[in-house]
Formats: sequence, C-alpha cells, structure tokens
Amino acid sequence: MPQSATATVLNILESHFSLIVEEWLGTQVREGVKRSDLFSDAESRAQNAELLKSFAKGVRNAAVDSDFNLEDAAWEDLRAVLADVTKERVNRGVTPTEMATFVLALKTPLFARLEAMREDDPAALIREVLLVTRLVDAFAIYTNEVFIAEREQIIERQREEMLELSTPVVELWDRVLTLPLIGTLDSARAQEVMENLLQTILERQAEVVIVDITGVGTVDTQVAQHLLRAAAAVRLMGAECIISGISPMIAQTMVQLGIDVGTVSTRSSIRTALADALKTVGYSIQKHREA
Amino acid sequence: MAETGQSDDTTLLMRVPLKGNRDVVAARQAVAREMKARGASSLRVTRFATAVSEIARNAIVHGGGGEMSVSIDRRKEYLVVECRDTGRGIEDVERALTDGFTTGGGMGKGLGGARRLSHDFRIVTAPGAGTLVRMSTRL
Amino acid sequence: MSGVTSIHLVGNALLVSIQDDVTDTEIVDLQDSLSHRIAEESVRGVVLDISALEIVDTFVGRVIAQLAGISRLLDAETYVVGMRPAVAVTLVELGMYLPETRTALSLTHALSQLRRG
Repeated sequence: MPQSATATVLNILESHFSLIVEEWLGTQVREGVKRSDLFSDAESRAQNAELLKSFAKGVRNAAVDSDFNLEDAAWEDLRAVLADVTKERVNRGVTPTEMATFVLALKTPLFARLEAMREDDPAALIREVLLVTRLVDAFAIYTNEVFIAEREQIIERQREEMLELSTPVVELWDRVLTLPLIGTLDSARAQEVMENLLQTILERQAEVVIVDITGVGTVDTQVAQHLLRAAAAVRLMGAECIISGISPMIAQTMVQLGIDVGTVSTRSSIRTALADALKTVGYSIQKHREA
Repeated sequence: MAETGQSDDTTLLMRVPLKGNRDVVAARQAVAREMKARGASSLRVTRFATAVSEIARNAIVHGGGGEMSVSIDRRKEYLVVECRDTGRGIEDVERALTDGFTTGGGMGKGLGGARRLSHDFRIVTAPGAGTLVRMSTRL
Repeated sequence: MSGVTSIHLVGNALLVSIQDDVTDTEIVDLQDSLSHRIAEESVRGVVLDISALEIVDTFVGRVIAQLAGISRLLDAETYVVGMRPAVAVTLVELGMYLPETRTALSLTHALSQLRRG
C-alpha cells in the first residue's frame, strides 16, 4: 500500500529534521533573505527549528487534504510561532518580500527530498509536491497578514509618540500648566491632547492652564470649536483655562467667523497670560533690580 | 425586523434586556466591562459606554422597552452594539440627530451625541415599526 | 438607595458621593432629597463628588445642572468635584458644558471657594 502524501511529508520532517533546518537556512541565504545583519546564525537557525517543529506537529494532528484550514485549532502552535517570528523580524526591519521568501524557501529542501524519494512514482511525487505547496503557501500568506498588522501597530505607536512629543503639557509654575499648540488640530489629535491635558491637571492639581496658540497657523471654525471644547473640559475638571497667543489676524478671523468665546479668558501673549495665572494661584512678580 | 446581533462577520457576546430603569445602568456597564476586558483605553470606554447609555435609555423611555445585543467583529477590533425597541419609531431621523431636538422634554442631545461618540452608527426605524440602532467602537 | 452614599454635612456644606451604579430614578431622588436638606440645614454649599462615575450621560448631566440651579435659588452653591478626564472630554463632545455649575479640583478646593463666597 503506497504511503499517503501526508505520511511521506511527516516522515521527511521527522527523520531529517536537523538537515532540513540547515538546508532551509542555506536556501534563505542564497535567496538573500536571511538578513545576517539583523539576525545571527544561531537566531535564524532557532527560528527555523521552532517553525519546523510546529509544522510537523500540525501535519501530524491536522487535516491537510482538501479540508486544510490554517485557522483550525490543530495549527494553533504553528500560527503562534509564525506570528512570533514574523513580529520579531518586522521589528528589526525585514521587508514583506523577505519575510514571505523566508517562509517559502522551505519548499526547496522538501522538494529536493521528495524528488529523490519518488523517482519511480511521478503520481505520488505530484501529490506530495502539491501538499507541501499548499501548506507552505498558506504559511507565507499568514505571515503576510501578521506582517501587515504588526506594521500598522508600529505606525500607530510612532504616531502616538510623535503626538506626545509635539504637544507636551509643561508645568510652568506650581499649579500652572501650559500647552503650546503647534500646527493643525484634527479631531483625533484634539481628543488625545485634551485627555492628556486633563489627566495632567488631575495629577498636578493644576489650577490654571494656559493654552498657547501662537504656533497654530490658521484658526477656522473647527479649530475654534476644539479650543472652546478644551477650555470647557478644563473648567469641568475645576481648573481655569486661558487661551493665549491670539494674533491680530486670528482675532479678525474669529470675529468675522462669528466665533464667540463666551466666558473663556483670552490673552494676546503668554506673558500677560502668565501674569494672570500667577495672580490666580497667589503669586505676584516684583522687579528688584534695574536691568 | 431582524433579530439583533445576527451577522456573518460578528460573534454575539451577550444580550441585555432593556425593560426598566436599572437596565440603562446594566447595559452601559456590560459594554464597559466587555471593552475593558479587551484592553480598550479608558477614554474609549467612557465615550462609547456613554453613547450606549443614551440609546438604551431611549429604547426604554421612548421605545417601550426592547433588547440590546453586544457582539465583536471577526478581527476582534470592533465592539458592536445593537439596541432594538418595539416602540412607535422615529419619524424624522435627521431631525432627531440634530442637537436640541426632543420629544420627551429632554435636552435632545442624546441621539446626535451618541453618534459622535461612536465609530459607526446606524438607525433603522419607521413610524409604528420600532427602532434599531447599530453602533460600534474601535477597541 | 444603593447608588448614592449618605449625604454628609461638612461645615456649612453638604457632601455627596455618587456611586457608579446610580440609576436614573436614584439620581432624581437625590436631587429631591438634596433640595430638601439644603433648605432644612440652611447650608451655603453642596459638593457633588463624581469621582466614582466612569459614565456621565446627558440625563445625569442634566440632573446635575438642574441641581445647581435649584440650590442657587435656595441660596446655596453647588460644586462638582472629581470629574474624570474621560468624562470631561465626553461631556463637552455631547455639548454639555454645564455653564451654570461650579466646578473645583477637589473637596478642599470647593470648600475654600465656598468660604471666599
């Protein structure tokens, strides 16, 4: 009775495990996807070995015929290892093509062995090659999905870090905070900046917040709305908000747009805003020496 | 009207009856719990749970009661809430979504506000046919 | 009332902490009880501690705003303290600025503001 395709593949994986790990590594090197600059030989070898081990486990326990589905529970280990290896490689700077080729390179050593074993049985060879192809292709596609998701997370993290850097909340004085805004304010950014500001008010028990808009290019209705909402939120927390840095041009725009600041304090410069703020928290500035 | 929570690409997590005034709290706390369990930030939790509170209350106070279902999408990135009531429906949805509109003596900011606080927000309603609100948030 | 802790008299102010499972009925009842106690105790202030509230929707917001108006008519000022950042952000997005309600960073701040009148 001829061996099933599955059994053959399993046999190869188990009997020639270490050799396949090495040959896979060799193919990866030849294809230029090993990235020795990012991963040492030991690390790459370990990755291959982990992958091969869970690959074998999957073949042993899962359906690999037409019912093959990488999402099945039996492939959980392999998915986990594929995800870990992919994330590790993404984080060190591997490209999507390199990652996919890295995985697909496994076909080379497996095909080589199948070819050698099945010289006399082309039909079986074709079945086994198809099986290996189906499986390894699925792995490559899966790593691609993980790759994309991981890249998106990295971009999101970087975006957040950039936001934090570009909108720092600075404690100017005891209980006086200042938030210098630079550039444009979109809704998403405004929300995050607001929450960060309010959280800082809570932590520092700040009584006055100076929101400085000197660095904001244009104030249109939407930007004004974000500012007024921020001032309202600061007040709800129990602190006072002063909007400073209103240039003559911005003042004209706001009046022309019919923007009513209501009860929100506004000052043309940080200097006057700071003087007001200090007075509110109980300090006064005194000159004690001629310049 | 279709049953809440049925969809090809979402998994139903729970159903919460919307009958009495305690159910407004139950509904919003259930949503907050599910979001927190999946790592949503406190800002996201507060925003969406507040939106759910508005809609759940509407269903109970104006819609004669109904049911809420909480589901999660296939990729586990979004929480989807559906609130259905069997009341008299909303005649002019666009008007209802405008802040200030109200039939019940409230401030009328609930519906429009709930939409702003959600990622996706849809209303299916017709006079005499009840109301179904489907709303979602990123986790 | 499970949603609301008891009302404490602190100096010449009433202090109330609202719990996060407060229902619509309970908060309306609270508004009623407080109105009576303001008059009974002739207090000058009410401090509403909402630090336990993760969710403040338009209904609760409206009751709070009404309470501020009611207390003012009865010669007392209402202060809301302990609002969580996420709640503040959400309320303004809902368009609820509570302009007639005083706010303070903490109970201490509220009481000192009350003293200053």
